[in-house]
Amino acid sequence: MSRRNHSEQGLLSVLGVVLKREFLSAYRSRQELANPLVFFIIVIVLFPLGVSPEPVFLSKAAAGLVWVAALLATMLSLDRLFQSDYDDGSLEQLVLCAQPLYLIVLIKSLIHWSLTGLPLIMLSPFLATMLHLEAQHLPVLMLTLLMGTPVISLIGGIGAALTVSLRSGGILISLLVLPLTIPVLIFGTGTVQSSIDGLSVAGHFSIMGMMLALALTLSPFAIAAALKISVSD
Amino acid sequence: MSFETFTEFLLMGGHALYVWLSYGVGLFIILLVYIQPILARRSIIQELAQRQRRDVQNNKVSNEEVAQGNLSQDKGGSE
Amino acid sequence: MNWTWFYKLGSPKWFYETANKLLPWFLWIGVLMLVIGTVWGLVFAPEDYQQGNSFRIIYLHVPSAILAQSCYMMMAVAAIISLVWKMKLADMFIASAAPIGAAFTFLALFTGAVWGKPTWGTWWVWDARLTAMLVLLFLYFGVIALKSALENIDLASRASAILVLVGVVNIPIIKYSVEWWNTLHQPATFTLTEKPAMPPEMWMPLLVMVLGMYCFFTAVALMRMKNEILLRERRTKWVKTIISEDIKR
Repeated sequence: MSRRNHSEQGLLSVLGVVLKREFLSAYRSRQELANPLVFFIIVIVLFPLGVSPEPVFLSKAAAGLVWVAALLATMLSLDRLFQSDYDDGSLEQLVLCAQPLYLIVLIKSLIHWSLTGLPLIMLSPFLATMLHLEAQHLPVLMLTLLMGTPVISLIGGIGAALTVSLRSGGILISLLVLPLTIPVLIFGTGTVQSSIDGLSVAGHFSIMGMMLALALTLSPFAIAAALKISVSD
Repeated sequence: MSFETFTEFLLMGGHALYVWLSYGVGLFIILLVYIQPILARRSIIQELAQRQRRDVQNNKVSNEEVAQGNLSQDKGGSE
Repeated sequence: MNWTWFYKLGSPKWFYETANKLLPWFLWIGVLMLVIGTVWGLVFAPEDYQQGNSFRIIYLHVPSAILAQSCYMMMAVAAIISLVWKMKLADMFIASAAPIGAAFTFLALFTGAVWGKPTWGTWWVWDARLTAMLVLLFLYFGVIALKSALENIDLASRASAILVLVGVVNIPIIKYSVEWWNTLHQPATFTLTEKPAMPPEMWMPLLVMVLGMYCFFTAVALMRMKNEILLRERRTKWVKTIISEDIKR
């Protein structure tokens, strides 16, 4: 009984330390947190400027544009998931500690998402409105982003873990990860499209839920395995 | 035979561009995929031979020993 | 159960010598079948009732598409062997096969697009199969890029094995989502004829081409693996012997 309490305490305290550390370092470099958000905004603004400001075109493209911009902004932010920990040696400590790496990785990814994905979601209704997406569809868009951006963060974590030992992993991460996020993109935008067409969205949301469940359960394994390999040389 | 004359064959019923473009690119890719390892092998052998010669010079080991594969410094590998 | 044959399989030297013996067979049989298949398909097969002679592109498009997908599956099996049994040859296979797979994927895409022009009226169509092939090409590029970026061979082999496996888990998901997306966006497409719907005069040359491509793929993969072995095992006696003998010629 007391032994189980001991290891539970160990696990919780390690997770607590990771949590505190992530938020502390995020707070210390809070300027950097804004970067993916600004990028998100700029990319979306580029489309009316580069293509056409006509409401007819933009409202059809709005969901897709917001989604693609969210994808790209998340890709940019993945560098900071493991890089600084790798550089100062704490990643090695995390890999070596007795607690399951799976959970540590899961916590890190979710914290990362809360610092990048979540703000994106909150900005999205304003940007989507600028793209003439009708107000009634905004909740659907936000919900798809809410379910989809964690998946992007988790799959992106795999790419980040595989390339963490490289100096300039940024673009390589995107090359590895973006093809794998295509299903989330397709279903995320497809759900909004369904709503626009006046069809039921329940089915689409259940598929997004399934993808979220798969990502939450499977990606941490791949990320942990990749981290162990990257750290071990 | 699906074609009466050779000219008909070349023309492919009006689809000549598409058919010959596809098969042309196909042939090109097959050749590319075949030739690349051949060229790579040549440059690998040249490079490794150079290194061996340099090792011989540096370690003053006789060429015969190298040819027999009898290097004492050999760290061994998988057999 | 006697597993020595499996561990023998892991010996680069044994593989190199076996590859040397098998290579000419796979190469010449492969080339022969490709030539026979091409001539058969171009000259002797009947033209399609609806598509005319552009239909003949199928004899390039389908075999390269089949090989593009098979190659990735083989890489996935090799990735498991590489991670679980730490067999160097499995990792060498991944390194050797990936560029070949990418080349075949490109060929499938190119021929698919060129076939599309007379059939659908446009060079590129966001058809489910072409789009899924495009994503497969990106997966190949990812593996190639990761392998070349990581310098440490051990790290590169394990990391790329993981990437291949992550990709293979995603392939059915990607295929399903692309097909679903395609049915939403593509009104009444002309579907490429499936093999069973074809008369034998049409699918027999196709079969020959597919088999020929497999043999050719095996031959080229063996050639590339031999090169990998020479590079990685360069410090061994037997490789040094090969090098010095080869130079004398």
